[in-house]
Amino acid sequence: MCGICGCGQPHGHQGLDESAHAEEQESGHQRRLQVELDLFSQNNRYAQANRELFQRRNLLVLNLVSSPGSGKTALLTRTLQHQLDKVPLAVIEGDQQTSHDADRIRETGAEAVQLNTGRLCHLDAHMVGHAMEQLPHLENGLLYIENVGNLVCPAGFDLGEAAKVVVLSVTEGDDKPLKYPDMFHAARLMVLNKVDLLPYVNFDVEACIEYARRINPEIEVITLSAQTGEGMENWLEWIEHRRQGQTAARVAQLERELLVLKSQL
Amino acid sequence: MHELSLCRSLIELLQEQAEQHRFTRVKQLWLEVGPLAAVVPEAMQFAFEAASRGSLAEGARLHLVELPGEAHCQACGFETSISQWYQACPRCGEYQLKVLSGDELQIRELEVE
Repeated sequence: MCGICGCGQPHGHQGLDESAHAEEQESGHQRRLQVELDLFSQNNRYAQANRELFQRRNLLVLNLVSSPGSGKTALLTRTLQHQLDKVPLAVIEGDQQTSHDADRIRETGAEAVQLNTGRLCHLDAHMVGHAMEQLPHLENGLLYIENVGNLVCPAGFDLGEAAKVVVLSVTEGDDKPLKYPDMFHAARLMVLNKVDLLPYVNFDVEACIEYARRINPEIEVITLSAQTGEGMENWLEWIEHRRQGQTAARVAQLERELLVLKSQL
Repeated sequence: MHELSLCRSLIELLQEQAEQHRFTRVKQLWLEVGPLAAVVPEAMQFAFEAASRGSLAEGARLHLVELPGEAHCQACGFETSISQWYQACPRCGEYQLKVLSGDELQIRELEVE
């Protein structure tokens, strides 16, 4: 049994140190303890273990977040069609119920793991750690995590990903960044999807980008249509640029290790 | 709804502390909450009651200590307090505030026996 989570499944929890320090003050049999217990710390410990695993396996991991119906799965299937024969990849699908999304991903030929969260409104790092046990051979490539459709809760849960990508479709309204600021603050990139529908909806792209940058001055933006393929090249380039960067960092690290080992011969 | 999963983590953290510092009951606890912590105080109280039932913290009083948020303007360098993510800098009016603190959510003190 897993000793930390008690979940009855074997898996690694390397580097999960207890970091809280306590000072005591005693009076009678009641005591006051000064502690530092971060409520996100348990999730963050799992997230750190995931991050180390992703680094060792040289995986670029993107956590896709959005409201339901923004087109995350459509964006993914289109993306996979471009990348499948070029780079190893897999998808972790999070939904409250059903395996519909994982089925859609598998139809492209890609490997997919479905996580059903039941009543939970978000994926957490622990669930993702277990999902990785089902992807033992995935390395030197890409892992997409499609989070539960929800623009609120997934913002606070680090999964160990390299970046959160928030997908917003133009049918949803351009003021979403102001209404759901936590998510846009947490995301590295905003993908504005369904731009082929712009002639039919009242959506101001420039205003939306301005709102997103009020929340997060550094957020990057790509506009595209997963349906027609318009703008897809920018998204694919964004991913490839990051994958190259991650691989270069991994190569540098392995070269340093190699030097150390050679010096010991 | 995620307040409930945070409170479940909290109970587990308290159980770890109970083993480490040899106590069996938590009577009171003080939770520091920043204005950007993405939790609703009332929801935390409600979730804590639900999550603590049958645990070492059942019936404990949860005190929420609200902390100020602070930010630094990347446009003009001004430092100011904030209560939400999307505020304009009160000095220059730009939306370039970088948050320095305010997303804390941690237990700082326990009364135990």
